[in-house]
Amino acid sequence: MNSATIFGLAGAVLVGLGLYGLVTQPHVLRKILAFNVLGNGVFLLFGVIARRGAAAGFAADPVPQAMVITGLVVAFSATALAVALMLRYYDATGSASLATEPDAGTGDAKPAAAAAVTAAR
Amino acid sequence: MIAHLVSDAVTSPHGGLLILVLALPVAALLLAFLAGGRHVERIALVAVAVGAVLTVVVVRRMIESGDALVYVLGDWPPPLGIVLRADGLSAVMMAMTMVVLAAVALYARADFATPTTERERRAPFVFWTMLLAIWAALNVVFLAGDMFTLYVALELVTFAAVPLVSLDGKPEALQAALRYLMFALAGSVLYLVGTGLMYGTYGTMDIALIAQHIDAQPAVLAAVALMTVGLLAKTALFPLHLWLPPAHAGAPAAGSALLSGLVVKGSFFIVVRLWLDAFAAVLTPGAAQLIAALGACAIVAGSAIALQQARLKLMIAYSTVAQIGYLFLMFPLVLLAVTPEAGAVALTGGMLQAVSHATAKAAMFMAAGLIYASLGHDRVSELTGLARTMPMTVAAFALGGFALIGLPPSSGFVAKWLLVSAALDSGQWWWVLVLAVGGLLTAVYVTQVLARMLSPAATDAAMKPVARSREAVVLALAALSMLLALLAVAPVNIAELGRDVTAIDAGAQR
Repeated sequence: MNSATIFGLAGAVLVGLGLYGLVTQPHVLRKILAFNVLGNGVFLLFGVIARRGAAAGFAADPVPQAMVITGLVVAFSATALAVALMLRYYDATGSASLATEPDAGTGDAKPAAAAAVTAAR
Repeated sequence: MIAHLVSDAVTSPHGGLLILVLALPVAALLLAFLAGGRHVERIALVAVAVGAVLTVVVVRRMIESGDALVYVLGDWPPPLGIVLRADGLSAVMMAMTMVVLAAVALYARADFATPTTERERRAPFVFWTMLLAIWAALNVVFLAGDMFTLYVALELVTFAAVPLVSLDGKPEALQAALRYLMFALAGSVLYLVGTGLMYGTYGTMDIALIAQHIDAQPAVLAAVALMTVGLLAKTALFPLHLWLPPAHAGAPAAGSALLSGLVVKGSFFIVVRLWLDAFAAVLTPGAAQLIAALGACAIVAGSAIALQQARLKLMIAYSTVAQIGYLFLMFPLVLLAVTPEAGAVALTGGMLQAVSHATAKAAMFMAAGLIYASLGHDRVSELTGLARTMPMTVAAFALGGFALIGLPPSSGFVAKWLLVSAALDSGQWWWVLVLAVGGLLTAVYVTQVLARMLSPAATDAAMKPVARSREAVVLALAALSMLLALLAVAPVNIAELGRDVTAIDAGAQR
């Protein structure tokens, strides 16, 4: 088993973990973290593609690495946007979980959020 | 290996126009950030006006040359260089974007004006800058000639669309925006994995080169599946549509018009570009039937839920879910067409359906916005007698609804006519049934609202007047949606310009 295969498998595991978290976690911050795990898995796969040289025919192909840089910038902006939205949502409802229906800013969602935090512990 | 990848892309005589098309909204956006305050609205309106002229020039150049406009960035040809390419499909989508954008901009002036007493206000600033950003991002989607640029464009569309959803800052709207963002991010990551696999296999991202070399090996099939699923999540095709209704209904009316009319067409266009131009040779008939079957489910489920909505804006949003389904019916009709001509008919029908929906749905959302502004609510059961007090708005809503149903002589009718004839030509009669049932369901939910509006019962006196000019803009857009049907008898079929039908043909032979 060469290093490219090991990194490829690690990338696949990260993608799987991230996707699972993104789908199952109701809390927005966890979703955002899961998205970043997922993204890192994908970037690792790009690294493997660069390492193998694939179709370009030479090792350490720089093109996938350039793509990873673009991907990182995009993932960073996405994370910033998501966190900003989440903070606004928390200010408005007192909860950062998508599992509860917002109730026009009365803060009724708070008990559910507290329960979620307890459950997470 | 890379030696096999020889691209024949050369910059065409007027290819530089494409750079202008991309640069204009971006320049306006940057200028808007610099100038700030009340200048933003003026900058956006001027940019949209200039953009409309530019789009006319680009389309005219294309019709004159009878071929696609190509621009090779920095004269670096593919496989590694980036190519901008405007073919007939791009031209149709660009023209559609300009029309809807102009109507929305004129309509939104009243909602998003900066008061003279303030230097800057958040909502107008965000609306006008994001309008420019959506325009810029969609232009990249329509012109990109490689899969990675499409990925970046796809993300830009999302980042520009999400702030519009959360614009009024209500908890429901914020939650809808977060849901939308999460769906969109998951979708674009799946798409990104696909591009990685494609690059790993062929050593290029250029769509034309991949189309020449594509073969059905496992990595490629995985890439096709991942990219398609990612794009479907962004387009909100059933069963990945759950984020759409709250997001589109929660945005301000002008925002909803942009989201429903234009933004979903961005990711749909990428599906069209990839499926017809890049993947055609490896798509099996089963895959084409499956994607259309999802479209059929969207039509039935979306229409059925739209029927039960008590709020006008939610009804229109669910109707978008259904109408997105129509767009996907074209794939088996194009890919499994018996002759290239029949495939071209289906393609024209599909694109006309997209344009028809964009104009009609934008008009309907804006009409709903005027009704909301006037009545202070949009409860369907309390819209009685509206035809007497707001005749122009009701007429616009009705015309938009007729286009959705596909009543002659609307553009929706011509689009569905073309799709039906393509379905019968290729012996896929079941899609005719779907089109008929969808049309019936649409007719039911549109007429049940119209019947209320037209009923003579008096409304309560608490109505605020809305500006005549805004009603006129909405009515003009809805009327245009009707008149678009005339495009079908135009001397040049714009959608086919500069398109190589052999790729589609190769798919048909399988």
